[in-house]
Amino acid sequence: MLTLTSSGLYCQAGDFFIDPWEPVDRAVITHAHGDHATWGSRAYLTSRTGLGVLRARLEPGACIQAAEYGEQVVLGSTTIRLHPAGHILGSSQVRIEHAGEIWVVSGDYKTDPDPTCTPFEPVRCHTFVTESTFGLPIYRWPGQEQVFSEINSWWRANAAAGKTSLLLGYALGKAQRLLAGLDAGIGPILTHGAVERMTSLYREGGVELPATRYAGAADSRADATGAIVIAPPYADASIWSRRFGDHSTGFASGWMMVRGARRQRSLDRGFALSDHVDWPGLLAAIEATGAGEVWVTHGYTGPVVRWLKERGLHAQAIATRFEGERAEVTETSEDPHP
Amino acid sequence: MKAFARLYTALDETTSTSAKVAALVAYFSSAPPSDAAWAVHFLSGRRPKRLVSSGRLRAWAAQEAGIPDWLFEESYHAVGDLAEAITLVLPSTGTSSELPLSHWVEERLLRLRGEDDDVQREVMIQSWRELDTHERFVWNKLITGSFRVGASQQLVTRALGERSGVPEGVLSHRLMGAWEPTPEFFQRLTAADTSDADISRPYPFFLAHPLEADPATLGAADEWIVEWKWDGIRAQLIRRAGRTFLWSRGEELLAGRFPEIEESGALLPDGTAIDGELLPWAEGAPLPFAQLQRRIGRKIVGRKILEDVPVVLVAYDLLEESGVDIRTLPLSQRRNRMAALLQSLAPGRLILAPAVPSPDWETVATAREAARGLGAEGVMLKRLTSAYGVGRRRGDWWKWKVDPLTVDAVLIYAQPGSGKRAGLFTDYTFGIWEGDHLVPFAKAYSGLTDQEIRKVDAFVRRNTLEKFGPVRTVKPELVFELAFEGIQRSSRHKSGIAVRFPRMARWRTDKKAEEADTIERVRELLDSVSGREKA
Repeated sequence: MLTLTSSGLYCQAGDFFIDPWEPVDRAVITHAHGDHATWGSRAYLTSRTGLGVLRARLEPGACIQAAEYGEQVVLGSTTIRLHPAGHILGSSQVRIEHAGEIWVVSGDYKTDPDPTCTPFEPVRCHTFVTESTFGLPIYRWPGQEQVFSEINSWWRANAAAGKTSLLLGYALGKAQRLLAGLDAGIGPILTHGAVERMTSLYREGGVELPATRYAGAADSRADATGAIVIAPPYADASIWSRRFGDHSTGFASGWMMVRGARRQRSLDRGFALSDHVDWPGLLAAIEATGAGEVWVTHGYTGPVVRWLKERGLHAQAIATRFEGERAEVTETSEDPHP
Repeated sequence: MKAFARLYTALDETTSTSAKVAALVAYFSSAPPSDAAWAVHFLSGRRPKRLVSSGRLRAWAAQEAGIPDWLFEESYHAVGDLAEAITLVLPSTGTSSELPLSHWVEERLLRLRGEDDDVQREVMIQSWRELDTHERFVWNKLITGSFRVGASQQLVTRALGERSGVPEGVLSHRLMGAWEPTPEFFQRLTAADTSDADISRPYPFFLAHPLEADPATLGAADEWIVEWKWDGIRAQLIRRAGRTFLWSRGEELLAGRFPEIEESGALLPDGTAIDGELLPWAEGAPLPFAQLQRRIGRKIVGRKILEDVPVVLVAYDLLEESGVDIRTLPLSQRRNRMAALLQSLAPGRLILAPAVPSPDWETVATAREAARGLGAEGVMLKRLTSAYGVGRRRGDWWKWKVDPLTVDAVLIYAQPGSGKRAGLFTDYTFGIWEGDHLVPFAKAYSGLTDQEIRKVDAFVRRNTLEKFGPVRTVKPELVFELAFEGIQRSSRHKSGIAVRFPRMARWRTDKKAEEADTIERVRELLDSVSGREKA
């Protein structure tokens, strides 16, 4: 059904690519993050709820078709359905049916609840193509209530000490999930430009988020004292962040589960909050598909494949160019495409 | 354990010194002396001996987590720290321990000594089940003997000083040498009465800051004493009550390791403490550091090695004379007294550190340039009026090292780091050209900024040619300027050359791999600096 080409995962029966990393004729896009949504293809298909954010991330005038979750789309001799992946607003798994065989490509996903996007939906299939960003048993996410309570206590303590809290997280998805979990009673919430743009698209998409103020409009340090500022990781240590004077820096990412990752960036605080599945979530998701064949992409492919094989499944690693949450840590600017 | 784990988390969570001191003060204000003593013990860098082998810990953790051994190993590689890997793979139990730190150390950790596997396993698994994640991590750190936290002994003494009112210098001195972490010790440590004594106790070492400014900013050169900066083992030789003690800077008692120095020490009058440097020495000059390495770690020192690698103590300073602490006297006086003392002894293994003439800074600069040829790393500048302080302080003592040697080399292998650098490719092997292929030349781990490390890490991931376990062979493309302090022939290295303290001085983004240095050029470098060693 699918083959891996130099441009990405290709379905011959339907003549389309899923999240190609080079321009193609027809691209089905699981979600709008830079390593999945590449510029320049002639036609795109994505979910209705993801249309706004994808349009903002692709070149002006890109030809994008939108489908509701669960809606049938016929491509070539295949039938496509998009199902929610719970990763960010509008993220989808791609279900492909052809000649009685069903494949599902997960894209990036998480099974934990998230008020800013439609929850992940298990889809039965014969072959499941899954990500494995956090495919090791060291990754077991702590309860979200606990993480948000840590974030809010950190913010409260900083505010009491007259400091600004700079909270870093990917501008699309993570930032809005953070906003939804903040206790707006503690103080004002400011946003970096990249976060503000994405947040307004979330609001247009009907996601309720607390009131925010564009940090660029803060004209003195006093404006930010006691505030929390949500910014993408690359804003850390940049000239931009200096405007906040005395501040404490936190970073929300699954990588923060490991102490070394936090210390590498000399952060004050790391919060283990991820938009990807953890180890137990990954195993449960694979099992829920009922698939007998599993393709494992970006992340800890080797260990996950071996684990599945030892449990009698057919599994293999697929070398894609997706970066998973690593992109959050290494990205240097908002748009990888100029 | 709860309070100590909370302290560990607080220290780990902040980079601010004042916040760390505040956390320590809070801990010492409420901890019972039996816990506080252990806390001081661990926080000042004293580590428990590892009583359980790493292999057993891994196996038991994998069993307890319900994962195969290979998956534990994969997890361990990703984390880069055994204690943390165990903490993370074990399922959370929702329990937490009210038992004090002293119980965990004395009744559990120390009880593991000499027990058979079954008992050790039982204790470890039971402990993991009783502790929450933070406590479990600290416990594993103690068990693996890798306990380290961002709090130096200096911060501990500052906090104890703040809490008890005892001057920091007194606290540092009381923390030197050998002591048992008992409640009585903790009470003595923070007691106001300062007339205590312990005959073996060394003084805290005074350390120099690297000189980055022009020496002319230090005032007139003749107000300074200039010595060679030797590359040996800094040590303190103490003679008190008819006994001799030789301490390393790491506060390790070097008893029996350097018998010739202890023999010479026995000739000193009681109540003497000398600060100096242990150096392998023959015919009035030091031997290469590699020779000293043959002596380090050797517990039994045979006649042959004593003859092959004779060691001396180059004496820098006199800290105690006739039982009196003279550290506050001016250096010029301390040095004169030491010269007189050494002169009164028969010639032996104690040598007064030669002073480099310093009529003006130009003469000093010329001497510094010549340092490498003499087997020294540069020069030390010490103000004649300076007291012998505690720790590393700016102002009176400076080290002015020779500019390092450099070679441009190509990144050929990369391996993930551990600890802070876990999960990132940070440990690199570099090659130099021998004909048309690259021969491994040196490994280097430091010198890049975090941002550069992330870029190299991304490069390694995208340009891997082969994998051998955790090691990746990468496309030879990136060129780095490596800096190092010394260069020597070596039969243990593929290139036939070993360098000392290699690190990345610069990422030469302007150079292509073909433009990196050749083995011929490196051999020339070797010849140019090692004239003396060849002879």
